[in-house]
Amino acid sequence: MSVATTPEAPLERDLQISAPSLWTRLRRHKAAVVGGTGLALIVLACVLLPVILHVNPDAIDFLAFRAPPSLHHIMGTDDLGRDEFVRVLYGGRISLLVGFLAMAIGVGIGGVVGAVSGYFGGSVDFLLMRVVDVALSIPRLFLLLLLSVTIGASVFDVALIIGMTTWMYPARIMRAQVMSLKSREYVVAARSIGASSTRILLRTLMPNSIAPLIVNGTIQVGQAIVSESVMSFLGYGIQPPTPSWGNMLTDAQTFINTAPWLAIFPGLMIVITVLAFNLVGDALRDALDPTGQRGAMGRKAAKEA
Amino acid sequence: MWVYVARRLLLSIPVMLGITILIFAIAHSLPGGPLAMYLDTPTMTHAEIQHLTVQLGLNRPLYDQYISWLGKALQGDFGHSFVDGQPVLHVIGERLGATVELMLTAVIVSYGLAFVVGIASAVTQYSVFDYVMTVLSYAGMAMPVFWLGIILMLFFAVDLHWLPTFGMFTPGVPYSIWDNLKHLILPATTLVVYTLAQESRYVRSSMLEVLQQDFIRTARAKGLPERAVLYRHALRNALLPVVTVMMLDFAFLVSGALITETVFAWPGMGRLFFTSLQQGDYPVVVGIAVLISVVVVLVNILTDVIYAVVDPRIQYS
Repeated sequence: MSVATTPEAPLERDLQISAPSLWTRLRRHKAAVVGGTGLALIVLACVLLPVILHVNPDAIDFLAFRAPPSLHHIMGTDDLGRDEFVRVLYGGRISLLVGFLAMAIGVGIGGVVGAVSGYFGGSVDFLLMRVVDVALSIPRLFLLLLLSVTIGASVFDVALIIGMTTWMYPARIMRAQVMSLKSREYVVAARSIGASSTRILLRTLMPNSIAPLIVNGTIQVGQAIVSESVMSFLGYGIQPPTPSWGNMLTDAQTFINTAPWLAIFPGLMIVITVLAFNLVGDALRDALDPTGQRGAMGRKAAKEA
Repeated sequence: MWVYVARRLLLSIPVMLGITILIFAIAHSLPGGPLAMYLDTPTMTHAEIQHLTVQLGLNRPLYDQYISWLGKALQGDFGHSFVDGQPVLHVIGERLGATVELMLTAVIVSYGLAFVVGIASAVTQYSVFDYVMTVLSYAGMAMPVFWLGIILMLFFAVDLHWLPTFGMFTPGVPYSIWDNLKHLILPATTLVVYTLAQESRYVRSSMLEVLQQDFIRTARAKGLPERAVLYRHALRNALLPVVTVMMLDFAFLVSGALITETVFAWPGMGRLFFTSLQQGDYPVVVGIAVLISVVVVLVNILTDVIYAVVDPRIQYS
């Protein structure tokens, strides 16, 4: 066995998703509880706190430029006197939004490509898988930067670009799933009553292949947040004044001598959030496939930021 | 076996062509076109830009430009930099050494440490050490590499003043290896932590898997000392999948190195790519991206071949 081939290995048994037992298994899983709670707290804080506190991310405190963390500004203020904590919350909204959107795009493209490739096989499969090989051979940073110069830097653009550089992993997973399922009786039965290929793919094969995609998708959200931060840090992602965890770190390096807290907090939020997504992803895989190995986290599939 | 190598190389040709087409197409759809940098230059007249467009063949259809670019690239001519007129390969060559120095240091240290940490974790599974290492590697994997670089810089360069913040040499000081090494420590450490988090997990899980096997029990049962069981029996069998995955992670390592270079202003290819992209110097951008991607493909083939040669269980027909 090697970790790299795991995503392609056809799964022998059907992964079962039954909501009550899944929930029970997740609740017993320590990593799931820690990761899930952390994730819920972060999402709730970013979504609700700005509304409850009635704060403006662009509000300037003229008495505090680059002020260190204090009771008044718990994460300090930036070079323009804006409260870092408030900006971390607003930045979190953008980063999380990009993360989920990019995952949806990547898993969407990958799911369709993988299903088509696995179902039709032959030259279609060969061609699509070579495209996957091409996309996987170019180090991702090149693609991320080149595409962002070409496409743009809005929230949707950034999510689209990240999705365009990650669809290969879900594609391979989906292909393996569909290939292992397509000769099952219920698929043959569907075909025998005259169901079209599209119908078989959409109604029969894809819904039954969704479990490993959910696992991959969870981890992809975290990885997309990292990708966004890299792009924004290099100036090609979300553009200021809209805060994102990535672009908040761009200026941080300039002021690293005078305001180190600006470099610490947004990055810490990224680490905690991505860690939480990884833990939940691992736990989901364990829960969906209780007989399988425990998550080793060493999946190349989702990494390579 | 040579048939296998030849077949792998043959199969990789469409992939390499695909890489060049994709990169070429994206680079040529940059807004303002490849000559965008000249459009803002006040000393350039419209006529001069027109002349340059024709001279560089940019008025021809894209596929036509691609074919002539590919024809020259296959002979090692990637065109000339827009910024200083030097051949692209020459520009890249000047930066190659710095990137190799950084990546090689990081690879040797991190892969070495990965084995130490991974084996120690596997042997003492569920101990405090294993637990701490697991938590650290989870954290390491969740960390954007540039942020790790900034934090290390903040701590060791800004606060403690132990090490220089950026660059490869101290400007104005005659070259010395010691000076170079001092500059290397922070970027290399960044890259080491970034890869170690991942690679030590591979070693750990591979070792754990092998340690469960029957032949290990047999080795212990016949009274071999634990050291011999670990290194002569377990590690040798755990090595192959680990080395394979490590080599397949080459593209991942390249991305990490490129980002690390931009954080520490390390004058390697990553930084060159980034500045060239900002300057719209697209022959250099295309050259770097294509060359590195081709290297990735070759490394992947090499990995498969090594795997097939070393592991007698694999048939390469």
